[in-house]
Amino acid sequence: MDHVELTERQKKARRSRSVALGIVLACLVVLFYVVTIIKVGPGIFDRPM
Amino acid sequence: MAMTNDYKAPTMPAAGQVLDGDAGDFFALLKPRVMSLVVFTALVGLLMAPGEIHPVLGFIAVLSIAVGAGASGALNMWYDADIDILMGRTAKRPVPAGRISADATLAFGLFLSVFSVAMLGLMVNWLSAGLLAFTIFFYAVVYTMWLKRSTPHNIVIGGAAGAFPPIIGWACVTNSISIESIALFAIIFLWTPAHFWALALFKAEDYGRAGVPMLPNVAGERATKTQIVIYSVLTAVSGVVPTLMGFAGIAYGVVAALLGVAFIWYAVQVWRMADGDKKMIPAKKLFGYSLLYLFGIFTALLVDALVTKFFGVVV
Repeated sequence: MDHVELTERQKKARRSRSVALGIVLACLVVLFYVVTIIKVGPGIFDRPM
Repeated sequence: MAMTNDYKAPTMPAAGQVLDGDAGDFFALLKPRVMSLVVFTALVGLLMAPGEIHPVLGFIAVLSIAVGAGASGALNMWYDADIDILMGRTAKRPVPAGRISADATLAFGLFLSVFSVAMLGLMVNWLSAGLLAFTIFFYAVVYTMWLKRSTPHNIVIGGAAGAFPPIIGWACVTNSISIESIALFAIIFLWTPAHFWALALFKAEDYGRAGVPMLPNVAGERATKTQIVIYSVLTAVSGVVPTLMGFAGIAYGVVAALLGVAFIWYAVQVWRMADGDKKMIPAKKLFGYSLLYLFGIFTALLVDALVTKFFGVVV
């Protein structure tokens, strides 16, 4: 089975992409939470079981 | 078209080759400088619109428009990689420079297109989302894939894509398209030809090498200069329309008129420039000033809107 050996530069680029993606995802979680509260308000917790 | 024989085009990376594009390269695919203009004009449209939007939703609206504009930039870079590699101005972009593959760029552009439209639709309203989707389609398909390589009027019609952001910003607040937002659209639409033809004059060799039929390469310098003057007059007139229509104040109108007169003056300097001039200094000055002009007009509109909104004073 062939393996692709990444160069140091490629490893550094991959790390950079992973960090950026992590930051973007974390921001989206916060954003979606805030927007849910704004659009639906506290009523989101007030649902019939 | 102007062609040179001493240029050696670099080669694109082979398919399947592992590339080393980092997060900065992916960000470059979004054309951040174009995006900054889109963000600014969309924000002005949003703040000028009658009505209110929650600040967080306003932020999401501008963010979605920015991401959508970036997505269309990525799709443009995916499709145009074959000609970008032939032009000095664009050869260092991530795809032609071999840092990001064309496939990854296409996937990135498509994902961001869908994501930005969905985010705007779900969180703000579906009219603005539809307009954003149309803008991305217009830039990526109508301009990039069709007009750019087929007609010297490519940027006249294609300029509509860059002119939509204030209409989208306005629609985010009002859920409608109004004559006022169309007036903002007209300013950018009429500004685009003079801006790009100034660039095309001093980059004619680049465009000729890539086979892009820009006006100077097809109709010649003289005809291009005349068109630049005509569009600079139309731009200057469109700049004062918000005051004439009554949705911007007199102070804005005076600033817009002065900026417009200067725009025409720079265009006339280009018209007076000798054909075959190698340095093209008046064209470079017009290109630089045109950016300043658009920034100045929309800054003045922003100030006008903020003063009216928060102090209730029409200046």
